Amino acid sequence: MADAKVIPFGEEPRARRKARRAGRGGRGTALAPVPEARTEHPPAAPPPPRPRSLDERIAGGLAFLRRRITGDYEVDDFGYDEELTDQVLMSLLRPFAEKYFRVEVKGIENIPADGGALVVANHSGTLPLDGLMLQVAVHDNHPAQRHLRLLAADLVFVLPVINELARKAGHTLACAEDAQRLLERGEIVGVMPEGFKGIGKPFADRYKLQRFGRGGFVSTALKAGVPIVPCSIVGAEEIYPMIGNAKTLARVLGLPYFPITPTFPWLGPLGAVPLPTKWTIQFGEPIPTDGYPPEAADDPMLMFNLTDQVRETIQHTLYKLLVQRRSVFF
Amino acid sequence: MGLILGKVVLVTGVARQLGGRFVRRIQRDPDVDRVIGVDAVAPEHHLGGAEFLRADIRHPAIARVLAETGVDTVIHMDINGTPLGKRGGRTSVKETNVIGTMQLLGACQKAPNVERVVIKSSTSVYGSAPRDPAVFTETTTPKSLPSGGFAKDIVEVEGYVRGFARRRPDVAVCILRFANILGPCADSPLAEYFSLPVLPTVLGYDPRLQFVHEDDALDVLRIAAAAPRRGTLNSGTFNIAGDGVLLLSQTSRRLGRPTLPLFLPTVTWAGTALRSVGITDFSPEQIRLLTHGRVVETTQMRETLGFHPKYTTAEAFAEFARSRGPGLLPPESLARTVDRLAGVLTARRTPAQ
Repeated sequence: MADAKVIPFGEEPRARRKARRAGRGGRGTALAPVPEARTEHPPAAPPPPRPRSLDERIAGGLAFLRRRITGDYEVDDFGYDEELTDQVLMSLLRPFAEKYFRVEVKGIENIPADGGALVVANHSGTLPLDGLMLQVAVHDNHPAQRHLRLLAADLVFVLPVINELARKAGHTLACAEDAQRLLERGEIVGVMPEGFKGIGKPFADRYKLQRFGRGGFVSTALKAGVPIVPCSIVGAEEIYPMIGNAKTLARVLGLPYFPITPTFPWLGPLGAVPLPTKWTIQFGEPIPTDGYPPEAADDPMLMFNLTDQVRETIQHTLYKLLVQRRSVFF
Repeated sequence: MGLILGKVVLVTGVARQLGGRFVRRIQRDPDVDRVIGVDAVAPEHHLGGAEFLRADIRHPAIARVLAETGVDTVIHMDINGTPLGKRGGRTSVKETNVIGTMQLLGACQKAPNVERVVIKSSTSVYGSAPRDPAVFTETTTPKSLPSGGFAKDIVEVEGYVRGFARRRPDVAVCILRFANILGPCADSPLAEYFSLPVLPTVLGYDPRLQFVHEDDALDVLRIAAAAPRRGTLNSGTFNIAGDGVLLLSQTSRRLGRPTLPLFLPTVTWAGTALRSVGITDFSPEQIRLLTHGRVVETTQMRETLGFHPKYTTAEAFAEFARSRGPGLLPPESLARTVDRLAGVLTARRTPAQ
């Protein structure tokens, strides 16, 4: 695929990027989406966040507490607890996205304002923090505040506590049935087809996309007729530089890999603190899938071609972002 | 046999509450001429004028009953997870479920009058595992088949039913896979569990549960027992569940019963201990359900069977909670406490400003 299709974007001069970063820095505590986009979708957008008085916050907090302790809230078929996610889980993750990793989001307009879409991203970082940051990035930057429904490995749903939180945050098992059901309901579904091969790869292989599974995500998107949005995440590779893999220990613990980084496990829990790298999340132009006939999902050649197209797009965007990056940490 | 004008319905498992209610219900149906209730023990409740035949479906005598009475519709409800009353253990339950179904289906195969067979199955047939898709459809094959207990009985029962349907293609066979049936007089293991003052849960897991109200269960059994209405089809396999999902944590809060999170090995051990003492039937598959949960899709029920439940999962649970009375931490008083706290806080802040 030497002549792979590369979609150009992010070709701004450095001065403008700097100016925008300065503008972002001045944003302060407000988490507001872009204002002009909000006027485009007045019904979907929530009321503009103005600084709430302490009374209002106490009242809001007590109303939330009242609903929680009496069980008066709703979850969907997948166990997704929207209220808990918005009020608690997102608030816990947001400081990481905004202050710690300083996630810069580009091309959010490539995620449709309504209807389903499949966001396909690269996977890295030893622990799946990239998925969580992606979820926060989509929710906080999208004008319609869309929720990203991530597809997670089965290991997530075996582990206690983790499975409970994952389900409540809207994640579900990465299988064709669940993905298709979510897409047909018009949700934004996030998938990282590299799986453990991507997240558990050694530091030397950083930003080299691994095999994209069997490309099942393409046929799922095709069956649901939703666009595929390629997404490239830069910065997650360096949070835990994995210099070794204790395979025997991993096998004993039943894990796909056991990471050894310069700090972990030598410094104990302190070694599990991720490095504060500077992240960029770039959403690429959506690849439409609704133009294919229904039997196209059973055509392996077409699936391979589309998978390669998505993969090449993400890989090229990764290289482009890496060239633009000034430093790993700033 | 040409003298038989109306329908003759045979219902098994009428000594249970649900079976008894179903017999009373279908007895009032104008299309039904005769209702015969069958069980191994005499029911404690009345059957609304229906005939009761004391017969054990595990014995071949059931074939004679079918032949002599000219039954045309068989409603097999004697498939249960728990023994009736205190007598009988798991062995006799399993025998009634599996051998009873075999005998009954054998008898149906020999009875030329039989036109319709309805099986009260359960969504337990899907098991509960973390590696399964979040929502089961009728065609989903579970990743790990249930290894034992009621769930395995159900798998075997459904296997025999499918075999019967192949051998008697002229008989309309309907398998209704019910989610957990709850209601004022439900006697399922889950209803027992929700009656405990403190609910033991598995630490770090919050299963998704679905419920069907008893009234809805009776309604859908009636739809399956009658001729299909226009535009619907009532033979095949259908998941039956109320709309929506409740998490176990939500159910405990709505019931007002505190939870006691335990480590999974502790729960398994405690379940075995409690079972051997005979306090509650906390079977391994019950523990799996309360660990990983189970949700089924009900599109077929709506679109093919044409059944729309009156109660959602949450409403069915609310009805059940009302019938059980308040727990240790009633949600109303918790809500009142929060309201009072809000009142105190606002009252204290208002003069300060």
